[in-house]
Amino acid sequence: MESPEASSTSSEPSTPMHCEVPLRPAAGVPARAAPAGGPKVEIRGLSFFYGKHQALHDIDLDIQDRQITAFIGPSGCGKSTLLRALNRIYELYPGQRATGKIMFGGRNLLERAGDVNRLRSKVGMVFQRPTPFPMSVQDNISFGVQLYERLSRPDMEARVQWALEKAALWDEVKDKLRQDGTALSGGQQQRLCIARAVAVKPDILLLDEPASALDPISTQKIEQLITELKKDYTIAIVTHNMQQAARVSNYTAFMYLGHLVEFGDTKKMFTKPAQQQTEEYITGRFG
Amino acid sequence: MNLYARRRVVNWVCLTLSILATLFGLFWLFWLLWTLFRNGVQWIRPQLFVESTPPPGANGGLANAIVGSVILTIVGVGIGAPAGILAGTYLAEFGRTSRLGWIVRFVNDILLSAPSIIIGVFVYGLIVLRVGHFSGWAGAVALALIVLPVVVRTTENMMRLVPDSLREAAAALGAPSWKITIVIVYRSALPGIMTGVLLAMARISGETAPLLFTALNNQFWSTDMSRPFPNLPVVIFQFAMSPYEDWQHLAWAGALLITFTILIINIVARTILRRTKS
Amino acid sequence: MSLRQHTSQEFEAELESVRQQISEMGRHVDAVLESAVKALLASDSELAKRIIVGDEETDSMELEIDHLCLEILARRQPVAGDLRLLTSALKLVIDLERIGDLGVSIAGRVVELGSESPLIPYEDLMRMMMTAREMLREALEALRDQDVARASRVIDKDEVVDAYYSQIFNDILSRMREGPENIFRATRVQAISKYIERIGDHAANVAERVIFIVTGEDVRHFSRMSRSDFS
Repeated sequence: MESPEASSTSSEPSTPMHCEVPLRPAAGVPARAAPAGGPKVEIRGLSFFYGKHQALHDIDLDIQDRQITAFIGPSGCGKSTLLRALNRIYELYPGQRATGKIMFGGRNLLERAGDVNRLRSKVGMVFQRPTPFPMSVQDNISFGVQLYERLSRPDMEARVQWALEKAALWDEVKDKLRQDGTALSGGQQQRLCIARAVAVKPDILLLDEPASALDPISTQKIEQLITELKKDYTIAIVTHNMQQAARVSNYTAFMYLGHLVEFGDTKKMFTKPAQQQTEEYITGRFG
Repeated sequence: MNLYARRRVVNWVCLTLSILATLFGLFWLFWLLWTLFRNGVQWIRPQLFVESTPPPGANGGLANAIVGSVILTIVGVGIGAPAGILAGTYLAEFGRTSRLGWIVRFVNDILLSAPSIIIGVFVYGLIVLRVGHFSGWAGAVALALIVLPVVVRTTENMMRLVPDSLREAAAALGAPSWKITIVIVYRSALPGIMTGVLLAMARISGETAPLLFTALNNQFWSTDMSRPFPNLPVVIFQFAMSPYEDWQHLAWAGALLITFTILIINIVARTILRRTKS
Repeated sequence: MSLRQHTSQEFEAELESVRQQISEMGRHVDAVLESAVKALLASDSELAKRIIVGDEETDSMELEIDHLCLEILARRQPVAGDLRLLTSALKLVIDLERIGDLGVSIAGRVVELGSESPLIPYEDLMRMMMTAREMLREALEALRDQDVARASRVIDKDEVVDAYYSQIFNDILSRMREGPENIFRATRVQAISKYIERIGDHAANVAERVIFIVTGEDVRHFSRMSRSDFS
C-alpha cells in the first residue's frame, strides 16, 4: 500500500509545512488486513424489469464477504428491487424478471437450472414489517430449519436457543418459547424474524429496511445486532435512513432511478463522496 | 341557514331514516321469530325426538326427519366442503391472475346465485332418473352443490386476507409452495375457512326445494341413503299444507327447530371468527 | 462545484451564517493588523494601547463561531462537504484568532519602542506585513469562492514572507553587532518581524483548510510539489 519510492519517515519538523512526508495510500482501498476473504457475491450487468418497465440498469458491484454493504437512495431508486433479486423472491410474482449475472458460490444464481428454494435457504431475508408466523416462538424458528435439516429434538432445541441468542432475544423469550410469535412486541418480533433467518445458517443475510417500522430504542438494538452478526455473515442492508447506513455499514452503494451512482467505502462516501449527486443526496440537498 | 347547521340537520335526518329502516327490518324478523316461537314451542316435547313421523291422527314425533337432516347435512358438507376448500386454495394461491382462475371464479359466482330449485332439478336429471328412484345420496349431492360455491368463495377470501408478507417470509427461508400453503396460510386462515363451512352448513339446513327432487321424504325411520330419505324441510312442507291439525303442529315444531339450529350455528361461527380476530 | 440549496432552508441559513461570520472575523482581524502597522510607522503608543484593549472583540467572535458550529453539528448531523466545512471552521477561527493576537503583540512592542527612532527602515516590515495581509485576504476570498487554485497560491506566497523575515533578521544582526545601544530596539523589532512571519503561517493554514473544505484532500504537512497534484 505504501508507494515504494516514498522516503522513509521524516525527522521531527521545525516548521510543520516544509517537511517531506511519504504520500498516503491511494484513496478508496480499504487499508486493513481483512479477515474476510474477498467478494461473496459479484453482480455483473444486472437489469430488472417489472413487465415492460426497467427498474434496474446494468448494475455492477461486489458484496464483500462478512462485511455490511448498505444500499441508499431516494424512493423508487431500485435498492429493494436489487436486494430481492439476490434471493429471487421476485419469482413469486408473474411479470418480473432479471437479466445479467449474480455470481455466488461460483455459479450464476439467476440461472433457471438452480433449485430456487435451496438458494433461498442460503440467502436469508428479513423484511421491513416483522412477519412472525402464527405459531409458537419455538416453531417459528424450527420451521426454516426443518426444511433442509433433520435434527433430533435436543439438537433442535439447542439450535433454537442459539438462534435466539444470536438475535439478542433469548433472555426475553426463554420462558415464553411456546407463546405465539405474534404476541411479542414489534421490536421483539423483528428480532424473532432475524433469529429465524439466522437459524438456518445462511451464507448471506438480506435486510430490507429492518428497523424502519420500529421505535428508536429497538432500532438501536437491531443496529447493534447487525454489527455483531457481521462476524459470521455477509450482510446487505437497504435503508432509507442515511445515518443508519453511515453508522452500520462498511460499504455503501448510492442508487438513483435504477442506476448505481456511486459505490465505495462508507467512511469515504460520507466524508468525501466522489459524485456530486451523492454529495447532494447525503447532505439533504436533493430535489 | 349556515353550512354547519345545515349539515347537522342532514345528519339528523339520515340518522333517523337509517334507524327507522333498521327497526322496520328488525320488526319483521322479530315478528317472524315470535310467531314461530308462539306456535311451535308448545309442541316441543321429548316425544319429538324419539318417535318418527306419524300418519295423520296418530301421535308421533320428528325423530327420523331430524336424524335424516343431520345425516344429509353432514354428507353434503362432507362432499362439498373439501372440494370447495381445495378450489378456493387454488384460486387464492395459484390462480390469482391466471385465465383458469378467472373462469373458475366466474362460474363459481353463477353457481352461488343459482336458485336451489334449479340445482334440485339438475341432480334429479343427473342421478334420480338414471337410478330410477329418489335417494339420500341424490339429496346429499344436491346439498353439496349448494355448499360448494359458498365454501370456494369464503375460502378464497379468507386465504387472500393472509398478507403476502407472510408468504414471502416463508419463501425466503426456502419453503416450497405447498408447504407455505399448508403450514402458513392454512394455519392463519383456518378460523375463517371453518366459519365459511359452518355458514354453508347453516344454509343447507333449511333448503327444501332441492330435496324435493332428490331425497323426497320417508315417513319411516330410515338411514338407508340409497332410498328416499327422511328430512325435516320436506316434512314441514308436507305437514304444513295438510289439513290435519297434529301434522300442522309438528310442522310448527319442526320450523322452530330448524330456525333455532341455524341461529345457533351462525352464532357459533361468528364467535369463532371474532375470537380469533382479537 | 456549486451545489444546490439545502432542502432545509434553516440549515442552509445556518451554514451561510458560519461563512459570513468567518468573513467578518477575517475583516476584523485584518483591521487590527492595519492599525498595528499604522501605530508602528507613527510610533503611536496611544493607538497601540487601544489595539491591545480591543482584542476582546476578536476572542468573542471566535467563541461565537465555535458555538454556532457545535450547535449545527449536534442538530444536523452533517456529512460530506457540510461536515468538512464545519470541522474546518472550528480550526480556522483558531488561526484567525491567533492572527489577531499577533497584531496585539505587535502593538505591545510598539508601546515598548515608544518614541525611539527606527533601528532599520520600516519599509521592509511594511512590505512583509502587506504580503501577509494579502495572504489572509486571498485565503478568505478563496473560501468564499471555493477557489482551490487561489488557496494554493496563498500557500506558496508564504515563502515570500519567510524570505523577508530572513533578510530582516540579517539586518538586525548587523545592527546589533554595531553596538550594544541598539540591542533594545533590535530585540523589539526582531520580535515584530517574527510575529509577522507567524501571521503568514497562519494565513497559509487557513488556505490549507480551504483546500480541504473544497476537495476533501488534507494538504497539511505536504510540500508544494505533492500538493499540486490535488488542485
